Amino acid sequence: MQKTNVLEYLEDTAARLPEKTAFADDDTVFSFKTLMDQSKAVGSFLYEQGITKSPVVVFMEKNPKTVAAFFGSIYAGNSYVPIDAEMPEHRIKLIFEALNSHALICDEHTKALAEQYEFGGNIYLYDDIASHAINESGLASVRARHIDTDPVYIIFTSGSTGVPKGVIAGHRSLIDYIESLSDAIGFNEDSVFGNQAPLYFDASMKELYQTIKHGATTYMIPKSLFMFPIKLIEYLNEHRINTICWVVSALSIVAVFNTFEKVKPEYVHTVTFVGEVFPVKQLNIWRKALPDVKYVNLYGPTEITGVCCYFVVDREYGVDEVIPVGKALKNTEILLLNDDNKLAAPGEIGEICVRGTCLALGYYGNAEKTAAAFVQNPLNDKYPELIYRTGDMGKYDENGNLVFMSRKDFQIKHMGHRIELGEIEAVVHGRDGIERACCLFDDVKKKIILYYVGDASEAEMVVYIKEKLPRYMVPNFVQKLDHMPLTPNGKINRVALKEKYNSK
Amino acid sequence: MEALLDILQGLHPEVDFSTCDTLIDGKILDSFDIVTIVAEVNAEYDVAIPAEEMIPENFNSASALWALIEKLMDE
Repeated sequence: MQKTNVLEYLEDTAARLPEKTAFADDDTVFSFKTLMDQSKAVGSFLYEQGITKSPVVVFMEKNPKTVAAFFGSIYAGNSYVPIDAEMPEHRIKLIFEALNSHALICDEHTKALAEQYEFGGNIYLYDDIASHAINESGLASVRARHIDTDPVYIIFTSGSTGVPKGVIAGHRSLIDYIESLSDAIGFNEDSVFGNQAPLYFDASMKELYQTIKHGATTYMIPKSLFMFPIKLIEYLNEHRINTICWVVSALSIVAVFNTFEKVKPEYVHTVTFVGEVFPVKQLNIWRKALPDVKYVNLYGPTEITGVCCYFVVDREYGVDEVIPVGKALKNTEILLLNDDNKLAAPGEIGEICVRGTCLALGYYGNAEKTAAAFVQNPLNDKYPELIYRTGDMGKYDENGNLVFMSRKDFQIKHMGHRIELGEIEAVVHGRDGIERACCLFDDVKKKIILYYVGDASEAEMVVYIKEKLPRYMVPNFVQKLDHMPLTPNGKINRVALKEKYNSK
Repeated sequence: MEALLDILQGLHPEVDFSTCDTLIDGKILDSFDIVTIVAEVNAEYDVAIPAEEMIPENFNSASALWALIEKLMDE
């Protein structure tokens, strides 16, 4: 029987490998049985509070307990919404407003923040509810009413108007992703993952769900190690980590310091990278040091639940080449559509559109944005069929592999995150005394650039932005101008600003 | 050292780098900053910071980082 709920992975594995380590960090180790028991306890508590069929905010530091809070929310029939303590107050408040949720699970580190940010519903401390008596009959009644198109999580991504958008994934899409990614890359019970991605970022779904599917193990790597590459590699070796699915910036930090001349990962056999294009120069440093490792480029926006394309690096690439995003995962089709909404001819650039079970359910409470991005397949006028328009432009290379080219709009990829430059501009405009602001992106040096006109020093501006936006959205170069260059029809002249930046 | 202070100030205009000696311990610098600093130090002073010098002690203050750069320039 096909799975209809992701918890079936956890239950199957907990029955098969109850004592095996599922998730661990420096302080906490959860076996599959502990993970399931605590998830059920949290679920039973929420069920008895009447919290079901609604989004539950999980506002905790990264920890095995956080995973149990996710699954506990699902046990009670809810979706979970991961929020990170490092997100700035302004963004968290916007997310709380968008959700209007009734329940939030926190830990002792985030409890004061959750109260301070005026979360409107009930706030529960994880440790208080994780030992609640398990109510098997209550959980069974929830499961009996479950169908696989019910939401499983909501992940917030940058929105161009300044308000983050909550992408709702359903169980069926997530199960489709877990199965097709597993087939494509070949994870198994011996996989030992070293998790880098924050849990509010859908890149972390790889470790989370492959671990419970296969009975693998995930170590949550302390964030500070990503500053000190030798210690990072020593950590991988100490825990015999063999599979890493990191954002490109994390892999790059190891490469740029020639870390491999001092110490090499001894067990790693699979490296996947996601979030942005991996510079070939740095990939080649990895390949030279670890030639037998399988390197896989993954591509996919949150709206198609995880990843839709993958490419196994098959040869040496030159520094002037781009590593393709490759081919679609099983049960997913890519439609490359040109401006006329027809399939792009070979070699022609088109918008990458995605068709399949992987499509998210939409943006939470935002019918307008949902209708703009999830649209009727223009190649099909016979019955309702949605595709997701990614806004990414791509083309096929001579081997039939999809290659990412650019963005259609002002969205960028930076530090593995999707960012709307318009969201940064909206925040800057929101400060008193600011007249005009414009953000650019330096694609070569990977820097966000901000020019503005108004009554604030550059230092004040940076401090202000840091209060409002996540670290990865804070511009790397900020300059105040006396006048904003304008085009003849009065728009900000982005070309002139780019020239100004390049000639500085 | 002035150019180094410019680099640091560019990343964190709100920090007084002449006095702060808890840049790592106080979680002021993160891994994004470290990568940027290393790249810009390389461009400015033509020194490559080797992996074994990538330790918290060398990045906790501007003066510690400057001492490292001077040492590397002498080698």
